[in-house]
Amino acid sequence: MKKINPNINRENKVIEIRGLRKAFDDFEVLKGVDLDLYQGENLVVLGRSGTGKSVLIKIISGLLSPDEGMVRVLGKEVDKLKPKELDLLRLKVGFSFQNSALYDSMTVYENLEFPLIRHAKEMGRAERDKVIHFVLEAVGLLQTINQMPSELSGGQRKRIGIARTLILKPKIMLYDEPTAGLDPITSIEINALINDVQARFNTSAIIITHDLTCARSVGDRMVMLLDGQFQRQGSFEEVFNTDDERVKMFYDYNFVN
Amino acid sequence: MGLKDNKADTGRKRKYLVSRRIDRIFLELYKVYAFHVRFFKEVFVPPYEFKEVIRQCYEVGVRSLPLISLTGFIIGIVFTNQSRPSLAEFGATSWLPSLVSIAIVRALAPLVTAIIAAGRVGSNIGAELGSMRVTEQIDAMEVSATNPFNFLVVTRVLATTFMVPVLAMYTIFVALMGAYLNVSQNELTSFTTYITQVFDAITFLDIFSSIIKTFIFGFTIGMVGSYKGYNSSKGTEGVGKAANSSVVTAMFLVFIEELLALQVINLFRAM
Repeated sequence: MKKINPNINRENKVIEIRGLRKAFDDFEVLKGVDLDLYQGENLVVLGRSGTGKSVLIKIISGLLSPDEGMVRVLGKEVDKLKPKELDLLRLKVGFSFQNSALYDSMTVYENLEFPLIRHAKEMGRAERDKVIHFVLEAVGLLQTINQMPSELSGGQRKRIGIARTLILKPKIMLYDEPTAGLDPITSIEINALINDVQARFNTSAIIITHDLTCARSVGDRMVMLLDGQFQRQGSFEEVFNTDDERVKMFYDYNFVN
Repeated sequence: MGLKDNKADTGRKRKYLVSRRIDRIFLELYKVYAFHVRFFKEVFVPPYEFKEVIRQCYEVGVRSLPLISLTGFIIGIVFTNQSRPSLAEFGATSWLPSLVSIAIVRALAPLVTAIIAAGRVGSNIGAELGSMRVTEQIDAMEVSATNPFNFLVVTRVLATTFMVPVLAMYTIFVALMGAYLNVSQNELTSFTTYITQVFDAITFLDIFSSIIKTFIFGFTIGMVGSYKGYNSSKGTEGVGKAANSSVVTAMFLVFIEELLALQVINLFRAM
């Protein structure tokens, strides 16, 4: 069980969501969601597959637009920003994708260099090399620098994906199913990496998962998405100390079966 | 026209202008229009991805050379061979170089190049971008504040637009060489005579219209492949569909454009 980060600043909301609704064709996945993320906090969003967890962080990063409601990230309402303003905001929000989303025609080095070339134009080649080596060391994969993504394992790809988001020094990290498809040992390493990122880079994070081991290891607070709304929130114990059958089934599957 | 209410399975009401299917057709047409508008906006806006354009030109141009060379050469030989009996009936086999050059320059080379490019390049663009969409690589570019449209679409469309005319000119050269091989073997025509007859038969309008046509073909192939791939639906099936419909749609449009171009060129010829 993770110790709650003492550096969480409850006065400073880095993400504020009110009355968020989103539907796809006739199916409404988010039905008036309210959420706050505080500076320095790791917030875990739990829920079954298809309940809109990934949709939530895609709306936060501006990949999807909400049907209704307000999403404020670092003081800016995402859906009201002009493209250039949205790009500036995105530089402060790192997104780690479920399948890593590494550019498969580029080496690990080129994957990490890609955002730097575009957003840190003042950097020379030597400085870029230094930054790339630093983030690769931070995720423990310096030896893969010249490899292609297809030559990496699932866990390594996840780590490189996280390294690529860290390279622009984001203030907020969004992790989409960080341990999905990984073996238990690699999952533990990824959980440790998420905590390490929080401590070393002083980031706030939303972690989307249905892996309760991951949730317990990285979360300072959890919320559970049920029927399009956050119906449970608090510490791990507070979320699961309930008679709600759906929540019990979720817990039992992870820790009993 | 009033909005129709369609009750969602969640109890929420979705509104359609006519019906779900017809609304989708109009939405698709609008998306095609918006895709073109976005291209013309972004092609002039920095950052310019020169390095990627050069890489794509290499992919489209240099990598197509072996296939284009072989196909062009064979077309030259086959077309000459097939045309000979008809001309021989009138004792006019000496007109073969003129006939072949007109056919190759005006229609065969541009069309064959466009069809090969649609098959090789168009499907490649559709599949590559489709796969990038499915594996969230396009989303990854977007969330890292890199314009994926500029990096992926603009570069590829520019590459096809500029390389297909170059390939078509190369096809003309190779096909004429194939035709010469056949003519020299059968009619014992010298190279100088052959070339003189070839260039006597074609006009500036023939060359110019072929170049303009192939620019349009190249643009179409790039745009169709990019549109299909960039907007492909999720899943591996979507990637296959994107690749397949890129080829089919691009070929269909190329033939339509050829027909329209022919009407326009004939107007100029009549002047």
